[in-house]
Amino acid sequence: MDFLLVSIIKMLIIAPALLATLAYIVWVERKVIAHVQLRVGPYFVGPHGLLQPIADAVKLLTKEDFIPSGVNHFFYWLAPWLGLMFAVTGIAVIPFGPVVEIFGVKTNLGLADLNIGLLWILGLAGMGVYGIALAGWSSNNKYALLGGLRSSAQMISYELPMALALAAPLLLSNSLNLREVVTTQEGFVFGFIPNWNLFTGFQIVGFVAYMMCGFAETNRIPFDLPEAENELVAGFHSEYSSMKFAAFFMAEYCNMVIVCSVATALFLGGWHPIVPEAISPLVPTALFALFGVTLLYHGMNPGRPSDRKTFPVFGVIMLAIAAVFMAPYIGPIVTPLFWFLGKVGFLLFFFIWVRATLPRFRYDQLMKIAWLFLFPVSLINLLLTAFGVTFFGK
Amino acid sequence: MSHTITAEPEEKQSSHTRRMTLNMGPQHPSTHGVLRVVLELDGESIFKATPDIGFLHTGIEKQCEALNWHQVITLTDRVDYLANLSNNLCYSLAVEKLLQMEIPPKAQYLRVLLAELTRINSHLVWLGTHALDIGAMTVFFLCFREREDILRLFEMFSGQRLMTSYIRIGGLALEPPRGWEKRVKTFIDGLPSKIDEYESLLNTNPIWLKRTKGVGKISVEEMLEIGLTGPCIRGAGIPFDARKMTPYSSYEKFQFEVPTSTDNDVYARYECRVREMRESAKIVQQAMAGMPEGPVQADAPKAVLPERERMKTQMESLIYHFKIVTEGISVPVGEVFQVVESPRGELGYYVVSDGTAKPLRVHMRTPSFGNLQGLPNMIESRGIADSIAIMGSLDFVLGDCDR
Repeated sequence: MDFLLVSIIKMLIIAPALLATLAYIVWVERKVIAHVQLRVGPYFVGPHGLLQPIADAVKLLTKEDFIPSGVNHFFYWLAPWLGLMFAVTGIAVIPFGPVVEIFGVKTNLGLADLNIGLLWILGLAGMGVYGIALAGWSSNNKYALLGGLRSSAQMISYELPMALALAAPLLLSNSLNLREVVTTQEGFVFGFIPNWNLFTGFQIVGFVAYMMCGFAETNRIPFDLPEAENELVAGFHSEYSSMKFAAFFMAEYCNMVIVCSVATALFLGGWHPIVPEAISPLVPTALFALFGVTLLYHGMNPGRPSDRKTFPVFGVIMLAIAAVFMAPYIGPIVTPLFWFLGKVGFLLFFFIWVRATLPRFRYDQLMKIAWLFLFPVSLINLLLTAFGVTFFGK
Repeated sequence: MSHTITAEPEEKQSSHTRRMTLNMGPQHPSTHGVLRVVLELDGESIFKATPDIGFLHTGIEKQCEALNWHQVITLTDRVDYLANLSNNLCYSLAVEKLLQMEIPPKAQYLRVLLAELTRINSHLVWLGTHALDIGAMTVFFLCFREREDILRLFEMFSGQRLMTSYIRIGGLALEPPRGWEKRVKTFIDGLPSKIDEYESLLNTNPIWLKRTKGVGKISVEEMLEIGLTGPCIRGAGIPFDARKMTPYSSYEKFQFEVPTSTDNDVYARYECRVREMRESAKIVQQAMAGMPEGPVQADAPKAVLPERERMKTQMESLIYHFKIVTEGISVPVGEVFQVVESPRGELGYYVVSDGTAKPLRVHMRTPSFGNLQGLPNMIESRGIADSIAIMGSLDFVLGDCDR
């Protein structure tokens, strides 16, 4: 009973938080790319366009749901929700933080503590291709069909090196449970190198290979061939509008979050801080306090008239957040969360940064990279890791 | 190429049922306007490509016959909307040749300056959209930042950003505005570093090189036969440039190189255009440095509108003004073919006069039409992704192609 209640509460927190995060990743992406490209991005809906995701959601909900003629209705309806479902379910096994005590209840930060967590993730990633392939096949559009074909080939090819790259840290941790993998990465070597698989497990090659596969799995530039808008108009979702389009959109961003979370858990030590445990809460406190003070200062000396009102408000909010990290009971709960989300956020920023910079690969080049480069590299990495574990232990 | 595309006969279709016909365009994001290409696909590779043009046919050539000599200028802007001043220039030179008119050196230099700014403008739009087609988004915005500066300069000169109509028969429409030297100089001195910025994003980018090198090759003989000109033919190693071959508007007084490359692929065309931008910047600088003094309109009262001030004070000027505005100018009987180097390649105007106030025939030999002819041969047996890169590298403007 207790377990059920706690799980429901956690679900009720995580599900809306995830959806809100997805909406605001879009905002962050638009802002970051805009600033790379000498623009300002969303600006008019709310302060600095902060309400833009809500406006977008309202727009997509109220839009006409247009269904072109000649579609296969069942699969046309099924595809977007299938894609979204497999994307969102992945968040269940991601561990956000250690076991904590809230109101006398001991629980771990994370929805499910599955002993086959990683297999779950890989399985969902494999199923995710169905959403895209079915969308391309059912929507009676040649561009969509080509997009669906491309994505099937791409995602199936990239799953293999991805699984191989993920297998290496599993050898080091000797577990498929993501929480246990993170737990084994606690502490420091020589007092200053974090005991992460990336550093002490010598998984730099594996990490890079996994991230490349991650780009391909989430259909992002430079591997965004299924929806290459300059070639295939909009690829597999050419014929989708309204909420069905939004479902694809959310699935893509959700996949990004999952890929980054898995990378954080397996390679970057999960919620373990990069600084010694004792001063770990001080880092977020200092960062938020600095941010808040900067905002307050600019609110006092505004560059634009509107800044006089908005900046102090946000400054005070930031200072309040800074205080939360030092608070006696909440502090130990939110500090690991900060580290985990900070690492995920950094990786997401990397995704966005790459999108603003790189051109797109060609189909045959994409396949060549998967089979002639990533596959052997991750295989060799796995072999070396296996030898290392056998002869030197972890 | 403007023939209608008919469906294949039944028996022929059944023999290769694996192929899919994909109608790319005319509303495809990467066909640069309204080009329609009917692709026969085998999987993703293109088996046969048939371009279908004419969606932007405006009848400009025919309309020219209904307007008087001066009014035609405004139509030439609309032929190739990215190289408006090159078209103005070519038409004006053709009519001036019929009139046997001497253009003052200052007007000639300003024409060169403006034509080169047009070239930079056009190449910037090309580079931005071409990179965008291949997936590099940011280059587009960087290019359009500089393009905006050029459009502001055009607006300063003529009052218009795109449809400038600034180069007129007998010289220029207006005296250049006050302070133009400073604005042009600031822009042109900063341009090379901006071009470095684009190149830093593309030249060493392995994905860019993979997507462009070795793509879009056809033999040089075929290119010459079909009539590809401009950076496409220069990318194949032939230094064919009307500015050097048949200098006009005192181009012979300028020192510049014609960039060529021998690779004959998408990358070679990219390289040629980027280097051309640098050469154009040099030409603009030379034109600024050697700018002669004097009027900007020829002393030809029968063909050039008089100054506003003189029209109000002198009877004779008023009469000429009245005659030119109401009747138009009369151009001696004859025909002439004038060639200039537009940003896209060889641009020719064939103008026939029967001695009246309106041209009998204005035919445009436009570079986009010639360059587009190379498309089927270049993209056949390649993938869809390559076809987009190749289309971008040919740099056609459909308005220029369909007229």
